Amino acid sequence: MNTPHPAATPPTPPALGRRSFLGYVLAGTTLVAAADLGLGEAPPARAEIPTPPQVPELYDLNDLLTDAARPTANLITVVIREDGTATFALPRMEVGQGITTSTAMLIAEELDLPLEKVEVTLAPARPELLFNQLTGGSNTTISTYTPIRVAAAVARAALLDAAAIVLGDTVAALVAKGGVITAPDGSSVTYGELAGRAASTTSRAVEVQLKGEADFSVVGTPTNRVDALAAVTGQKDFTTDLQVEGALPTMVCRAPTLNGTPVRIRNKGAVRRMPGVTHVQQVSFGVAVRARTFGQCIDAVRALDVEWRDGPVAGESDATILRRLRSAQLPMPALPDTPLAQTIKGDFTFYFRSNSAMDTNSAIADVRADRATIWAGLKSPVVAQERIAEKLGMSVDQVEVNVVTAGGSFGRRLFFDAALEAAEISQAMGRPVKLMWHRADDARVGRGHPMGTCRVQATVAGQEVLAFNQSLTCVETDFRHGLGEIITAKAADLPAGLGNLGFAETIFALTQEVPYDFGAVTQTLVETDGRFNTGSMRNIYSPDVRVASELVVDQIAARMGLDPYEFRRRFQRNERLLAVLDKVAEVGEWGKRMPAGTAQGIAIHKEYKGVSACLVEIDCRPATTGRRIREAVTGPRVTRVTYAVDVGLVINPRGLEAQMQGGINDGIALALTSSLHLRDGHFLEASWDNYFYTRQWNTPPAVEVVVMPSTEKQPGGAGEAGVAATFAAVACAYARATGTVPTYFPINHKELSFEPKPYVPPIPQSPRNGLDLTS
Amino acid sequence: MPRQTFILNGKTVTVDVADDVRLLWVLRDRLGVTGPKYGCGINVCKACTSHINGKAFNPCAVPVGKLKPDDEITTIEGLPKQVAKKKRGEHGLHPMQEAWLDRDVPQCGYCQPGQIMAAVALAAKVRREGREITEADLDTIRNICRCGTYTRIREAIVDGAERM
Repeated sequence: MNTPHPAATPPTPPALGRRSFLGYVLAGTTLVAAADLGLGEAPPARAEIPTPPQVPELYDLNDLLTDAARPTANLITVVIREDGTATFALPRMEVGQGITTSTAMLIAEELDLPLEKVEVTLAPARPELLFNQLTGGSNTTISTYTPIRVAAAVARAALLDAAAIVLGDTVAALVAKGGVITAPDGSSVTYGELAGRAASTTSRAVEVQLKGEADFSVVGTPTNRVDALAAVTGQKDFTTDLQVEGALPTMVCRAPTLNGTPVRIRNKGAVRRMPGVTHVQQVSFGVAVRARTFGQCIDAVRALDVEWRDGPVAGESDATILRRLRSAQLPMPALPDTPLAQTIKGDFTFYFRSNSAMDTNSAIADVRADRATIWAGLKSPVVAQERIAEKLGMSVDQVEVNVVTAGGSFGRRLFFDAALEAAEISQAMGRPVKLMWHRADDARVGRGHPMGTCRVQATVAGQEVLAFNQSLTCVETDFRHGLGEIITAKAADLPAGLGNLGFAETIFALTQEVPYDFGAVTQTLVETDGRFNTGSMRNIYSPDVRVASELVVDQIAARMGLDPYEFRRRFQRNERLLAVLDKVAEVGEWGKRMPAGTAQGIAIHKEYKGVSACLVEIDCRPATTGRRIREAVTGPRVTRVTYAVDVGLVINPRGLEAQMQGGINDGIALALTSSLHLRDGHFLEASWDNYFYTRQWNTPPAVEVVVMPSTEKQPGGAGEAGVAATFAAVACAYARATGTVPTYFPINHKELSFEPKPYVPPIPQSPRNGLDLTS
Repeated sequence: MPRQTFILNGKTVTVDVADDVRLLWVLRDRLGVTGPKYGCGINVCKACTSHINGKAFNPCAVPVGKLKPDDEITTIEGLPKQVAKKKRGEHGLHPMQEAWLDRDVPQCGYCQPGQIMAAVALAAKVRREGREITEADLDTIRNICRCGTYTRIREAIVDGAERM
């Protein structure tokens, strides 16, 4: 898609006054309304005492992402078509979080158009957007809230101007509703009829007013997803569902140690002659096979006999990595431990976890001599485009990158591993390919959340907390996707990991805080080992940091003889946090009598301009932990969750509730069941019956999410807001139910609950007994 | 090349493909029927759940050569026609799909065709046994949803079963 540019640079700054903004009508054959994606209001800085304000309170990751966009002057456009619909290409990535729905709602609101007449698609890579095409940090709604509304308001104003001429009346006398503009005499004209008339032959800047919150009729109304009908009928297309001419199924045979590389293929000819196989090709990361069906790819991958070079973590295991982490830990400050000042400590280990989505890594690539076309689920398509061009030896404008909706991400699709691989394979084979990772590879080789330790040390005197120190030491989190474009991505790629560490330190500082009035608070991060395939996973540092913090908070409360809820109230200094805390205590019946072996746990979290609180009930009694289900982990069950969230202005309460429900299941998995086991240079997990994400037998039968009415005028982030408080509340509940504070997570990590699948061949064969297992 | 014949969503289909290719790939790669999703290929994640002669099964674990010409395969695409027109809802869909829409279950949507097909089979099984769906029944469902939509899935199954 070509991006139109305004004829002249606007002479005044974008924000003109209260709810008054500059937008553009662009030249076109139909009405094209535009706004600068960098538009937005900086949230007011706020400091509270007596703990000095921590960085995220004044300026958090979302401010960084939003500010990164400001220097760019790039436009997003709302186009009105002659059928009366509005279209908008969102420069973000839909992975299930519901942003196409919330975006359509914003446009419907400002345009006074029914929601079903708004079509939101995903924009391909637009390199001119620089920093501003990254989907991450729960930032989409925060950064696009104002510009999308401005573009829609410009369209509405242009339609009204055109209608005034058609209907022979003044704009002030006209009423726009439901995609129809009506004059006082009853005559009317539809948006579709006006689309051509409102079109402009030149581009011009216009000033528009946005609706006030009090006038919202769509925003804030619970709304079902715009893509739900396609999803429930099987019509929602993901990358591997796309039919691209000649792009045959392609899979990769990978090394038996993580990130190992191929030396040579010993039986290339024999595999090439297998049924359906068209190509067998050694590439830098493995051996690719292309065949008529994916089933024939699986057969071929399993038949390959390859000599491998070991990967960089050959021989390593959880225990060796833990030793490495321990030796990298910074000393904690020495604190007095006298009768007046006591020290309470916690030391927790968090094992590797996988952000494997249901839709495995996949991409379609059609690489020709002079151009390449890519289709994939990509949250940072601009970096992907630049890296693919670099890999192929092409210029950026020779590489077209199309963004496809993905079946989940949880951070995984900030990177573009499959797209880069598919491009390399297609170039080597000289054919289009549809690359799909096998589940076993997605779990074992796909990016995950780094292992780490988190130490906490609190100094308590009487009923006061004098100091609270927290230090996270972990395997490197890869931020080489930068802020969505190659400049910052390259900065993260400096030698010796210094660049990425700088990113990690920045992101840690911008996201982490201790949301209590605890006197002198310090939080530090050390990252140590860059050999693993990592990335952000549905919340970057917060889940681990908050769990460590909240478990120690419960211990401080116990030392002071205070109830966990009362303690959190007493040391709370944020009105919004106090409100969500009180809400879950009330709705979730904090303090009710519970049988032995069961308990409640409560925790809070603050991030991305939002606050949340979670109250859970857990059942650790033998009848529950001893449940036997084949190929499954049962263990303690969270039986009830009450969650209160205040993200600021809510666009779609139903979507927000869904995000919290999902985050709750993630938090439960992190606490109780899901981790990767590193043994002898490779992760063991190769199946959903190895990597124990929450299943129906683990999920709470009772979940209540309370969306708080917010006093904030700006929306906050939602995609990650459900995880940290849940993880922490479950950990606290488990400690209270069993009388034992866990020292590692998930709590089942040290029992291996499955028989590991072989590494050679690297992927399992599909069973043949499916007809014996009907139900 | 062997010719494979079976009934797919009410129509007899014939495709030239080796006996051992699993039905999932025959559906997706040869016939372009992409509602059943790949999530593991080893009958664990259940994202490809479809029906054979009215019962839930997983095409990733069935070599196509094992199908008989009169075996009726139903994927999510053919589900609405499994009920009489008057039973279909406002979108013209199966009552379970309508319940899914009313409760806004999907997030990314990838697992949802399989979830719905499993739900329909569970509801039918419980009905055959002359009883209502219980929490214990819901706990037996193995279909994975990595977005964690389990809460709404549970509500939608009970709702959809009542409408069936």
